[in-house]
Amino acid sequence: MKADRHTEGMGIIVKTVARWLKGFILLYGIYLVLYGHITPGGGFAGGVVISCAFILLTLAGGENHGLRFFPKTASSTLDSMGLLLFLAIAWLGTWWLGGAFFKNVISTPEQAYFTLFSGGTIPLSNIGLGLKVASSLFLVFTVLAAFRLAMDAADKDEDEP
Amino acid sequence: MIYSLSLLLILVGLYGVIVSRNTLKIVISLVIMEHGVHLLLILVGYRAGGQPPIVDPETAMAVFAGQAVDPLPQALVLTSIVIGLGVLALLVALCVRLYERYGTFDVTEIRRLRG
Amino acid sequence: MIEVLAILILLSVIAAIVAVETEELLPAVIALGAVGFLLAIIFVFLAAPDVAIVQIGVEVISLVILIRATLGRDTKPATPRRRIFGTIVGVAVVGAIGLFGVRIFTEFPGFGSPVMDRFVDAPSVTYLLDGLSSVGAPNIVTAVLLDFRAYDTLGEATVLFTAVLGALVILRRKARVHGDKEEDGKK
Repeated sequence: MKADRHTEGMGIIVKTVARWLKGFILLYGIYLVLYGHITPGGGFAGGVVISCAFILLTLAGGENHGLRFFPKTASSTLDSMGLLLFLAIAWLGTWWLGGAFFKNVISTPEQAYFTLFSGGTIPLSNIGLGLKVASSLFLVFTVLAAFRLAMDAADKDEDEP
Repeated sequence: MIYSLSLLLILVGLYGVIVSRNTLKIVISLVIMEHGVHLLLILVGYRAGGQPPIVDPETAMAVFAGQAVDPLPQALVLTSIVIGLGVLALLVALCVRLYERYGTFDVTEIRRLRG
Repeated sequence: MIEVLAILILLSVIAAIVAVETEELLPAVIALGAVGFLLAIIFVFLAAPDVAIVQIGVEVISLVILIRATLGRDTKPATPRRRIFGTIVGVAVVGAIGLFGVRIFTEFPGFGSPVMDRFVDAPSVTYLLDGLSSVGAPNIVTAVLLDFRAYDTLGEATVLFTAVLGALVILRRKARVHGDKEEDGKK
């Protein structure tokens, strides 16, 4: 029956592999977000990969399993928090005298190029963007693909005479 | 010409949008059009034998500016790809809602049914 | 180099034609996935690694969304015969736009000289020369996205937020299809 696969997920092999892999995928996503100003990556790429880790969890273990790690209220709160963090960092530029809305207010000394703590406010903006993109995509995937079909399967069973 | 090939991708997507009768096929054709546009934008900014726009510590800045590809189209296409995914989610939600309301994915049926 | 690119783009055009023309939906979605992954390979050849990473991730998520939305639903069109008039109009419109486009592409600089070489005060030259010293970030694409053109990123975040909000509002369940039972709320 269709409702079983969506609530309980797939077989034991898929669940075990997903359980091993999700840590690595999450780590890679966080690396892309944090080192986005040195190597190719950035907030968008890292956010997409982080949401892929949670989507893998939802697909393999059923939607209740995925929602236990990342409930819907938490993901919508993180969504708004990420965007507000990004806006707060942008607004920080207006406090300095002669500053503008998106001014990069932390300047980088010459010897700190190519390290993690360079780039001014860019790593903080990357973190905000990564949070926002990851939680948005996971939220829309959960509501669209996982819950919908379970509800439709339940409706079809009730409709049959 | 390479540009004409990417224009061909856009045109295939446009043809699919005009002719398809299944709402999900229309969504798929729209995604193909977006892919064609992104390809065209990045093709415009390519330099022959160029390197990605990432500074490495040994190269001087003037040499780097003469060797790197254009970073501006890449930045624009990057935001456009993520926006495309959000719009795809919105369109698929619309299609699912239409299916629940009318029982079919066919565009001609949805036009004929009233209420 | 240009031959490899031409072959890859031709392959993706063939996959796109397959995606548009098939009757069933699952092969169309798989062909769409082929277009997306070929495009990611083309981006790597075009020295755009940032864009390739985002393209692969977004392609996987959109394939999953499309496949989960089409499984188990009745997707046969009502009239199996293809309308002739619609096909002719489609081909005519597409042919006209194609002719215009090919005429415009002769005005472009040749493939291989970027658009910033054509203008003497192009902003990209400033971004490449001053990126590291004024921003402090070696990845010029991130510097452009988050410092030189940060308003565009703010607009993108807003559009993504609004699109996800719209999708959630559309899927909010209020009443059943046939109107005999009521279910409200989404959670």
